[in-house]
Amino acid sequence: MSLVNKEEPLTLDTFVRGVWRENPVFVTLLGMCPTLAVTNSATNAISMGLATVFVLLCSNVLVSMLRKVIPKQVRIAAYIVLIASFVTVVDYAIQAISLEVYEALGAFIQLIVVNCIILGRAEAYASRQTVLNTVVNSVGTGVGFTLALLCLGVVREVLGAGTLFGMRVMPDQFQPWVLMLLPAGGFFVLAGWLLLFDWLNQRRERRALEAQGVTVHGQ
Amino acid sequence: MSAEAPVQAPVHAVPFLPMIRTLGLVSLICGFAVTLAYQWTKPFVEENQRITTERAVRAVLPQAAVQKAFVLGADGVAPATGDSPAEDTVFVGYDDAGRIVGIAARGAARGYADLVHLMYAYDPACQCINAVRVTKMNETPGLGDTVLKDPDFKRNFEALDARVNAEGTALANRIVTVKHGTKREAWQIDAISGSTVTSKAMGRALDQSAQRLVPRMQRHLAELARGGR
Repeated sequence: MSLVNKEEPLTLDTFVRGVWRENPVFVTLLGMCPTLAVTNSATNAISMGLATVFVLLCSNVLVSMLRKVIPKQVRIAAYIVLIASFVTVVDYAIQAISLEVYEALGAFIQLIVVNCIILGRAEAYASRQTVLNTVVNSVGTGVGFTLALLCLGVVREVLGAGTLFGMRVMPDQFQPWVLMLLPAGGFFVLAGWLLLFDWLNQRRERRALEAQGVTVHGQ
Repeated sequence: MSAEAPVQAPVHAVPFLPMIRTLGLVSLICGFAVTLAYQWTKPFVEENQRITTERAVRAVLPQAAVQKAFVLGADGVAPATGDSPAEDTVFVGYDDAGRIVGIAARGAARGYADLVHLMYAYDPACQCINAVRVTKMNETPGLGDTVLKDPDFKRNFEALDARVNAEGTALANRIVTVKHGTKREAWQIDAISGSTVTSKAMGRALDQSAQRLVPRMQRHLAELARGGR
């Protein structure tokens, strides 16, 4: 996670790093609790992702707007109050949109308050950057988190239930791997995605070194 | 040595007033946002809850043309309102002629992971429970949730005995879940092997709710029948 002390210029990287290079789930391994708990279906995964994007964006925009007003002694208290309020708002909104999704996500909606991605972004980025930068960075981080949850949710739902967004996608002969819907399945799928991301990163680094003419041993 | 101790100035003075002012401002913004969200979403949430309940009642009373909610208190019947206690509320299904086709009620009991919530239909004609639908549960996929699919288990609820005793105060026989393959009586539920905890939770939910409501349903049947006209 970048610890920027000065206001940085707005670039494409402000958005992209949250999606890829500093992806909260696959790179910085933050927010593991909802990542493992609610990704037993693609619908739950995307709902949790969007709820987190809303809270991340709204709370961090307010943190950025109030960054010159909030004294450092009370900043964490102020951030938590802001985050908790937007979690309450999103809690009501999900109940209004779909009770099924609300019941499926359960206590994990309220637990967005303690998601370290949000407080981490508020402390490390929003409290030091302009509102525009914060909007772009929060959306990038939120999109990265949502995509990561979706990656897990899709695999677990397809293998665990033979469906995707509730629609049958596997042949009738397919025997669902119920394990994938259980907590252990979350760990297995997360490990699989982490392996893939690590392999991709290593390959990219190796190619970059090879392009510079450096010999890479042990590959 | 001087008698007076030197007075030491604080290194960092804590800006008390700005702290209070800022936290007050943040709380004000947050309070406004939460209140606005609550007021804005309240009608939608209530409508969603009404639709969810209506669907659950329709699932157990598919033959009902009209459904009306009543509160069955210890002393009488009253139309249900939004504040009525859920454990005393029943949903009476009427056909086109206004005759009672069944009475639905809610039940809940602790399963393996959490409460198992269900809606069941009571038929006053046969004094039996003839449909059950699980409305909410978080049981283990592949184990506890087999109660939703197992056809043999579902057959338990085709005519589950819920007769009232001679005094009209409770069920004549407690609804109980028994070990798989040992069901002998009409008021027993044959558990699913491997899903015993959830099967027992369903039995307890039905028994607790029926013990409370079925005697009242029978006592106020005439008043409930008048509600359809």
